Amino acid sequence: MARLIAKGPFDGVLPLEEGAVRVSAVDPGPITFVRPLHGQDEAVSAALEKATGAALPAPGTVATGRSARALWCGPGAALVLGAAVEDLPGAAIVDQSDGWAVARVEGADASAVLARLTPLDLRPAGFGAGQTARTLLGHMTAQITPVGENAFEVMVFRSMAESFVHELRRAMGFVAGRARIG
Amino acid sequence: MRLTCPFCGTRDRREFTYRGDAVGLSRPASTEWGPDWDDYLHNRDNPAGETRELWYHDACGAWIEVTRDTLTHEVAGSRPVAEARR
Repeated sequence: MARLIAKGPFDGVLPLEEGAVRVSAVDPGPITFVRPLHGQDEAVSAALEKATGAALPAPGTVATGRSARALWCGPGAALVLGAAVEDLPGAAIVDQSDGWAVARVEGADASAVLARLTPLDLRPAGFGAGQTARTLLGHMTAQITPVGENAFEVMVFRSMAESFVHELRRAMGFVAGRARIG
Repeated sequence: MRLTCPFCGTRDRREFTYRGDAVGLSRPASTEWGPDWDDYLHNRDNPAGETRELWYHDACGAWIEVTRDTLTHEVAGSRPVAEARR
């Protein structure tokens, strides 16, 4: 039988550091897409909360539980990170653990770098703890979640991991260059 | 231009894709060809003023109906198509 080697989506391209920004790969654990069937929202939310401590999140928010986080990812849908969700009556669930590439972008210029790539307003007054957003990053759809002061968790489709790093590397170079010339 | 997604709030135009006039929500009930089908498929107004349009928010996957003014570019409101169709 073939011996398969587990590889992370960012193997060989992260970590990355330039200027006041660091980018590192994150292993978020299992990722499950959850969408309650019609009229099942409350029952599914209660069942998910019982299983993981995190209920289904309201639009644009993150629900944090004992073993998992639930990120709102579209109308009536959530991504559950950190704990496997194997059985959730009344909901469509899809294991997407290997479908996402998750990175942490942090440092004093983290939002300056991301602001070159996304149209989202990243200022902490409007986008802080407990919030998350689906948006664009370059030409990619991305999920951006603030995870601390000057720190963001960015999820892109795994097939776009290297494009994502390429875009970030360019933007980091521009921001660091601007800082150098003052 | 900025549009409002009923779920995500005000977002940049880049996150949205235009579909067409909101007449696309009013599919005629009859299965016979007639003026109503002609209007539904082919005839479009080109209003100077308030217009209702269908947009797709690429980021979150929501289809929305946006009411905006073609003269002032003012966006008066938006709602999910599931509500607009009722």
